[in-house]
Amino acid sequence: MNKKKSILESNVLYTIIAIIVGFLIGAVFLLIAGISPAVAYAKLLDSVFGKPKYMVWTLIYASPLIFTGLSVAFSFRTGVFNIGAEGQFVVGSLAACVIGILFDLPVWIHVPLCIIAAAAAGMVWSLLVGLLKVKRGIHEVLSFIMFNWIAFYLSNYVVNLAAIHKEGGGEATKDVRSTARILVPEGLRDALGCTAANWGIVMAVVAAIIIWVIIEKTTLGYKLKAVGFNSSAALYAGVNSDRSVLTALGISGALAGLGGAVQILGMSGRLSQFAGQEGYGFEGITVALIGASSPIGCIFAGIFYGAMKYGGSKLSIIKAPAEVVDIIMGCVILFIAISQIFKVLLGKLTKKEVK
Amino acid sequence: MDVIIKNLGLLINATLIATPPLLLAALGSCFSERSGVINIGIEGMMTIGAFTGAVMGLKTGNGWIAFFCAGLAGALFGAILAVACISFHADQTIAGTAINFLGPGLAVFLCKAMFNNSSDTPAMDPSCKLPKLFEGVFPAGSFWSNVLNVYSVAYLVFILAVVCWFVFYKTKFGAHLRAVGEHPEACESLGIDVYRVRYTCVILSGFLAGLGGAFVTLATINQFRPSVIVGQGFIAIAAVIFGKFSPEGATKACLLFGFCSGVKTLAGSSNTISPNLISMIPYIVTILALVLFVGKAHTPAANGKPFVKSK
Repeated sequence: MNKKKSILESNVLYTIIAIIVGFLIGAVFLLIAGISPAVAYAKLLDSVFGKPKYMVWTLIYASPLIFTGLSVAFSFRTGVFNIGAEGQFVVGSLAACVIGILFDLPVWIHVPLCIIAAAAAGMVWSLLVGLLKVKRGIHEVLSFIMFNWIAFYLSNYVVNLAAIHKEGGGEATKDVRSTARILVPEGLRDALGCTAANWGIVMAVVAAIIIWVIIEKTTLGYKLKAVGFNSSAALYAGVNSDRSVLTALGISGALAGLGGAVQILGMSGRLSQFAGQEGYGFEGITVALIGASSPIGCIFAGIFYGAMKYGGSKLSIIKAPAEVVDIIMGCVILFIAISQIFKVLLGKLTKKEVK
Repeated sequence: MDVIIKNLGLLINATLIATPPLLLAALGSCFSERSGVINIGIEGMMTIGAFTGAVMGLKTGNGWIAFFCAGLAGALFGAILAVACISFHADQTIAGTAINFLGPGLAVFLCKAMFNNSSDTPAMDPSCKLPKLFEGVFPAGSFWSNVLNVYSVAYLVFILAVVCWFVFYKTKFGAHLRAVGEHPEACESLGIDVYRVRYTCVILSGFLAGLGGAFVTLATINQFRPSVIVGQGFIAIAAVIFGKFSPEGATKACLLFGFCSGVKTLAGSSNTISPNLISMIPYIVTILALVLFVGKAHTPAANGKPFVKSK
């Protein structure tokens, strides 16, 4: 009986059902568009699992998503909604890119310096919002949205500065120096057949474990969760809620900034001018939701989203719109959101049975 | 002097063009937020409205019909959000995020399916778009001709803002919706159908967001592109919080954003300052205005909390 109940109440079951429903609805739209869902989904699977190289690409796509997912998940757990991971990701990638281009340092200093700068930039970007909230009572969702756009235009401004802009046109910066890259050794890259294979995924998993330890095993995590759960009760218990909000936002911002560093130092090697928002921050919200706001869940959710993004980008080969991925992901989130009521209903049913 | 007057005219004109999409979405958002449902999916609803407007404009050749259909498309997404948040007690932020994936995803998906794998719809003939009201009334190039070179629907939007204010503060429905967002339990005990009020407000919010999106494709430009909305839905949400969740406050905030966007359009063509730095101005101004003048907003007390009917 108990075992049955625990399965019914586990998030994993509902997430898997939501993913299946998402794919079914995606199939309906593919049919409407006159594309065979079987062919499209086979292509999607093949694009992810067909060759070891593809799987490496999936992990490369997943790494920054795990970081922004962790950032949002951490904020959810501590009772604030970091809708600004997008901006923090952008300033993180900007910091990593600028230092990666302008400084000429040995590898063992250059890489850590870029990474720390990115985390610091993300943290500052998030703390500014935190200060506005704590000192002036300004709604964090509002300031996050503003800071996302300020970061967006700041990045586009810096990309075009003569010191780092690539000469001879183009809309990107020079390449980051090789001493700042986090690529795996050349031999391994050749063996994998992937020029962008990097340590990002390892960093993301380590970060997820650290965040799990902070949330679950430390007094700091306990305090932050307490404020998130009930700020008045936490205040009564002697937790400084202002300081907790700032700490939570600082850590959350640093994680998103790290995602930016991984993207620049790992995958792209340069920063391009944005036409629209990159989306990593908003995709991080999805990763956090699918991962049920658990750091370890974010690893799997990030890899799932990375696979969908990478596989989706290959759908154009069979003339299927890659946007079916957005439709599937949207449905997955929607069904995860409404699954709560089924959980409550099933909980009531099982209780009645016990009676 | 002539140059200044001419630029002033163009600036007012640019403001009148940039404000309506934001204002439509923001007015809708006021209804939803004040009734107690956070609508973070405005962006997705605007995008689906923009797409529907462009497609129906092409198919029917009548801007007004297309505009109305876009509102219906937005209302459909509003209904999805309403079912999830009100009947199924879903987390409102999560459900709204889902709408932000579904709206733009579906718009571009259908666009590619309908228009030979292109993510842009074909450009519309001006006759398919919404009409301009004062076209040819004033001599070309004169101050008033510059100022009033605006699609007629823009004027309707400002009238609508007044209507919304009236509904909010002078009608029974307005009183109900404001009360429902503060204390739904008390409302229920007084016999107000909380679900019905919230459903109406969220679907209305979707309808207006859809109209806002269609304003861009049927008036400002003449086609749908994936980049057509980017961020305007979020700016509308920001305007609502900035305006303390009231129609009159949101209107002022939207005019401020519209004005900044107008400055951006004009200054962007001068080439002396980086357009990227100019583009930052509205957002920095908002933050400064909040810090210096506006301060803390009262969020509707029941905002974001699912309401469970007692039987």
